Amino acid sequence: MIYDAVIIGAGHNGLVSACYLARAGLKVMVVEKNDWIGGAAVSRELYPGFTYSNCSYVSSLFRPEIMRDLELPRHGLQILPYEGGALFTEGGDYLGMFRNHEANRREIERHSPRDAEAYDRYARDVLRHCRFIRPMLLRTAADPASFRPRDIAELAWMGKQMFGLSEMAMYDMIRFWTMSIADFLDEYFENPAVKAYQAVASIIGTALGPMSPGTAYVLLHHAMGDVDGNVGAWGFSRGGMGSITKALSASLKAAGGEIRTGSGVERILVRNGRATGVVLENGDEVLGRRVVSNMDVKRTFLKHVEEAELPASFVKRVRNFKIRGSSGKLNIALDRAPRFTALPEGSPCMKGDMHFTDSIEKMELAYDDWKAGHYSRDPFQDMMIPTMIDPTMTPPGKHFMSCFIQYAPPKIEGNDWTDADRDAFADTVLNQIEAHAPGFKDSVLHYEVRTPRELEREVGLTEGNIFQGELTFDQLLFNRPVPGYAQYRSPIKDLWICGSSTHPGGGVMGAPGRNAAAEILRDIKTPKKDMSDAYAVL
Amino acid sequence: MPSFDAIVIGGGTNGLACAARLQKSGRKVLVLESGAEPGGAALGHEFAPGYRAPGLAHIVNMIDARVEREMDLGRHGLAYASLNMPSTAVATDGDHLVLEGEAGERVTGLSEAEQRAWGELRTQLLTFAGVLAPFKAMTPPRIAAGVGNEYMKLGKLGFSIRGMGRDNFREFLRMLLINVYDVLNDELTDPRLKGLLAHDAVLGTWLGPRSPNSLIHLLNRLSGQVAGRRAAIALPKGGMGSVAVAMARSAEALGVTVRSGAQVSQIVMDGDRAVGVVLADGEEIRAGTVVSAIGPKATFLGLVGPRHLDTGFVNRVRHMKARGGAAKLHLALRGAPDFRGADLGTRLVLAPSETAVELSFNAVKYGKVPERPVMEVVLPSVHEDGHAPSGHHVLSAVVQFAPHAPQTNLDAARAEMLGRSLAVLEDHAPGIGDLVEHAEILMPYDIETRYGMAGGNWHHGELSVEQMLFLRPFPGMAQYATPINGLWVAGAGCHPGGGISGAAGWNAAERIIREVRG
Amino acid sequence: MKAEKTVRPDPRLHYLTPLRQTPFHARTSAANRLNSWGPWGGYTTVLEFEDLAMEHSAIRNSATVYDLCPMVKYRVSGPGAADYLNRLTVRNAAKLPVGAVHYTIWCDDAGKIIDDGTVFRLAGDDFRICCQERHLPWLLDSAIGFDVRVREETEDVAALSLQGPCSYAVLKAAGFDVAALKPFRMVTFPFDGGELMVSRTGFTGDLGYELWTTPDHALPLWDRLFEAGAPWGIRPIGTQALDIARTEAGFIITNLDFVPSHQAVREDRVRSPFEMALDWMIDWDKGHFTGRRALLEERAKGSQWAFVGLDIEGNVSAEQSIIYHDKKHEVGQITAACWSPTVKRNIALAYVKRPYHAGKSGNLWVEVYAMRELQYAKLMLRAEVCERPFFNPARRRATPPGMF
Repeated sequence: MIYDAVIIGAGHNGLVSACYLARAGLKVMVVEKNDWIGGAAVSRELYPGFTYSNCSYVSSLFRPEIMRDLELPRHGLQILPYEGGALFTEGGDYLGMFRNHEANRREIERHSPRDAEAYDRYARDVLRHCRFIRPMLLRTAADPASFRPRDIAELAWMGKQMFGLSEMAMYDMIRFWTMSIADFLDEYFENPAVKAYQAVASIIGTALGPMSPGTAYVLLHHAMGDVDGNVGAWGFSRGGMGSITKALSASLKAAGGEIRTGSGVERILVRNGRATGVVLENGDEVLGRRVVSNMDVKRTFLKHVEEAELPASFVKRVRNFKIRGSSGKLNIALDRAPRFTALPEGSPCMKGDMHFTDSIEKMELAYDDWKAGHYSRDPFQDMMIPTMIDPTMTPPGKHFMSCFIQYAPPKIEGNDWTDADRDAFADTVLNQIEAHAPGFKDSVLHYEVRTPRELEREVGLTEGNIFQGELTFDQLLFNRPVPGYAQYRSPIKDLWICGSSTHPGGGVMGAPGRNAAAEILRDIKTPKKDMSDAYAVL
Repeated sequence: MPSFDAIVIGGGTNGLACAARLQKSGRKVLVLESGAEPGGAALGHEFAPGYRAPGLAHIVNMIDARVEREMDLGRHGLAYASLNMPSTAVATDGDHLVLEGEAGERVTGLSEAEQRAWGELRTQLLTFAGVLAPFKAMTPPRIAAGVGNEYMKLGKLGFSIRGMGRDNFREFLRMLLINVYDVLNDELTDPRLKGLLAHDAVLGTWLGPRSPNSLIHLLNRLSGQVAGRRAAIALPKGGMGSVAVAMARSAEALGVTVRSGAQVSQIVMDGDRAVGVVLADGEEIRAGTVVSAIGPKATFLGLVGPRHLDTGFVNRVRHMKARGGAAKLHLALRGAPDFRGADLGTRLVLAPSETAVELSFNAVKYGKVPERPVMEVVLPSVHEDGHAPSGHHVLSAVVQFAPHAPQTNLDAARAEMLGRSLAVLEDHAPGIGDLVEHAEILMPYDIETRYGMAGGNWHHGELSVEQMLFLRPFPGMAQYATPINGLWVAGAGCHPGGGISGAAGWNAAERIIREVRG
Repeated sequence: MKAEKTVRPDPRLHYLTPLRQTPFHARTSAANRLNSWGPWGGYTTVLEFEDLAMEHSAIRNSATVYDLCPMVKYRVSGPGAADYLNRLTVRNAAKLPVGAVHYTIWCDDAGKIIDDGTVFRLAGDDFRICCQERHLPWLLDSAIGFDVRVREETEDVAALSLQGPCSYAVLKAAGFDVAALKPFRMVTFPFDGGELMVSRTGFTGDLGYELWTTPDHALPLWDRLFEAGAPWGIRPIGTQALDIARTEAGFIITNLDFVPSHQAVREDRVRSPFEMALDWMIDWDKGHFTGRRALLEERAKGSQWAFVGLDIEGNVSAEQSIIYHDKKHEVGQITAACWSPTVKRNIALAYVKRPYHAGKSGNLWVEVYAMRELQYAKLMLRAEVCERPFFNPARRRATPPGMF
């Protein structure tokens, strides 16, 4: 049996690629090393009755075009928008985020009357940048070094997008793309907590602090998604993030695709410079006319392809690809909802993201620890309790808490993480929550800790980087993952890459997988089926 | 009272360059300098009896070739005590690294493999620097059509960038906004070399080597020249002040009137037009063209004033970031220090590794003084007499990073910075502390007070990517013209930034000549 | 009777009532027989009390009361206040006498309108700005370099608009004789142990006043007006009735007739004073103000849009309709429209591309989709550019006003 496409990895991008290819009539096989599917969009029951979102934990970026094309709602996908959010401040107060515009303004007003009235203009400006970038997500990045008509046309399209803006708007956009979020926020706000809350999205998943240039773009990367047209909004996937990949797998099966779990790839077969399939760890060969890797670019080319098959310059670029992990995760089963002393009883702020870092400086300090090869002593958390909204993940009255933690380095001062490091890391996090919610620790029934070590070992993310590669300009657009190979192709014929290492990067977005499928279909001159172009931005 | 066609505010290198170029075009130009003599930050001063310190700058490395040539600085007395000054990466164990020739063409003390790696990286960096260099000598383009962009020049530049070849071009696009730390660790292994290059990249910036956008500063440095030598480091004969003296002489020889001790307190407006200036003593001087070569913040918020400007514009001025991160240290030494055998005639860089440079940046993010600052040391008295009493020496150091707005009080931060700088020096040159007769350290806030540079930033506003080229000093105002008719800007706050260069002033003059009939 | 000092609840619990009640809520809610409410600026306000036609009719016939509290108020005070406002807004605030009010706009650097509003000169160096949207950062940033203090005071002021031909008579009966008060002037009376400021301003294009006091005197003020106004049939009106009146008067509303430049996501949606027919307000000779350079350039080069009044054939209201030239080319859009009960014409406010506002205004059409019993009737109606205001009675300006 020779498949038309063998896809390595049943993560969301691998499955998205597989779905589109299967729908276009290709015979598709997805091989997955774990006994379960999902990659980093996974839900597992590690404590009886409790479903975790083990890695990724919220949804916004997943492209609605893909949800619709692949009929994911029919296959069970349901996104539940957040209802609020809170940033706890040192003095025992908090800054809440509310969906209602007036409530949100009055909440900021409690902290700064000026900032309360500055927020709308700030949100408008960020939205302008989002509107600019969104149409690029479902397009292959043009190669500026190429003279092929297609690249030239694509560059011209980008130029037209640019010149659709006014001169000043273009300058503001270039500034925004190159500056730090700390500097950007200073132009709008005065209150440290207000700034810290806005800076949250600019550091999540990155190996940068909020004072690093380029972090304003990272903010955009998290703000350009939407929940049903509400740009910048986030939501939970009902039943955990694994519901996204479950829906994708159902969609794939409905389209005739196959998935084989417990089938780690040992090696990608290359014959005469062409990829012809994979050899599994158990020695089985799965043959295909092409191989599509959902693994990150380092894992794909440095671990599963013979170096001799690749040009030296490519190998060097892949080696130098920056993929430093910066985060960890605690997934906690709770006997009861925590009681945050700062929050009024029944506050909707519990139904969204919560944070304990109340200034840009503290976020930056947390980053300094990471640079020095240590997890942050006073870490930044993006914490939430999905079960405040989603009734399906735990028994009634019990809760699942997801704590995304920054910063956590791939290695501790140059050494591998030990179990003791991991436990100390977990304690740091639990203690931070306990300080704001006394009695919290007593309610913990079970928890799972994921440092970059676990993220690499279990999920396969090199160095535990959740984006399969850092989101700095040298690794974005036509530079992602490697200049000259930013169009989902590789130096080996018929070996494709479709993971978050490729444009437009990480987050549970699905765009890399979709774009890779588009390129493959283009390559074999097969008409795209059920593949929408990016929705127009009106 | 003679009348002038143009008044230039500020007699630093950019003011003098601008004035000279305008005078050459047939205009009558008056330069108003608040100090006792022209030169601004390029001027030296006696900081202890018998000891002369260079000013803020203590080397010349990016003087504008047009300024050098057309102002004929050589004829007006500019000569160099040292023209291709080598750099020494000083190690505390005496195992120094010495970089000589153009941009470290030859390095002694490196392993062979590292030599090769450095050779490749150096070639690449010089290639990139080479295509960027011409940008410095032109008015930045606007991203708009029909606005008088210099398309011929831009076309040539585009051609030369593309002409690097496809692989270089791709690497150029990849590395344009990259951080210097990753590049150094990708390509090199020797911490001394990485430390020196990281140090050079972030010198005068408010960035650590790990900050994205930091490599471009190294490219900027490598794109400089002195007397036709690329990436040279030079020490003028007679001290740093000689550059300014030669420029002032040249300008005066061309017919420019230079008035020192003339502090401008206000730009005079007549309706929408700037028509002259008022001095601190109340004297009013009028001219059809007013050029400000002082900082943009001081120009607009001080001399013009918000009431003549739009609120959004004032915000852009206010938002221009101007954090100075460098302190200037001057030591009067009663004898020659011993940097464990390092050649005192070289530029001594005390930056043990790229990480050490990053660590020194960490502190200033929080308004603190770093434990172990890094520094660039020059001893002008080694090169010639006249800087210090015979047998004695002057040590000049740029010390990074220093907080521009310290958390503690200013005097405490200054004392702490001095103490820690001396401790680092002592580690590299044991016994140096006993030689110190007098020490002076200028913190960024001292530099602001003394030289009027906002935040003590050398460039009158950070020369960061988001404040470069057509974004400098502000978006919408990067062509030296201002929203006010008759008022132009020509200082380091404009493209291409500061340093002993004169490029901004020269570019501004070229633009004025193009736009305003003399 | 003094209103009780209310105990402020836990300030953190504001989210439980995202829409606040105005100081008049006890009265407006009692009068709101239709229970018809809408959000406005963070408050819940009445859309229609009882009967839209009756409410509009009262505006033109007797006296009406409208709750103005949600208007955003800023206090500008200090020796530099007049200079500050001159730099901020397009009109000359220095020429505004103490005790006078003017309508004005302020622009961004590009000369695009940020908002419109009224400026009250309360004292030589004390002003109040009253506007639709919130602008504190812009107002504070504009204060740099001026000896002035800017403070948001929306919640410190309770305001009612008393409008209609009998409004003077009602005020007089209520004990406030404003016979000598000219349009755009104000006067202060002692009231209920506090003060009541009366300005001869309004948003109906008719005789009318706006009454300003502090929230603790709000209910007594309401009661006094309704007691005194009973013989004239005074009645409260909701936003819908006011909207018809303001359209007849040709007045514009922020975010209905133009998008403020600080809020516009799409760059092309913003408008300059020329494009909103408000350039008459610009004082070119007062010195610099924000946007002046851009506006001078626009004055020289011409504008893209014009804002006009339209008279549309028939009686089908043309809200939100697209305007065509020669029934083919889109040249504009209607921002407000109604059948005017007062002038018996089918009127509209609209923006149109130049030169269709004047030189080529002869062949304009509006496309109207009129929903009638679940079915659209698609109409192409002839429209003519005409004078604004559509309704401009002499009684509006007469001083002393008529005792109707």
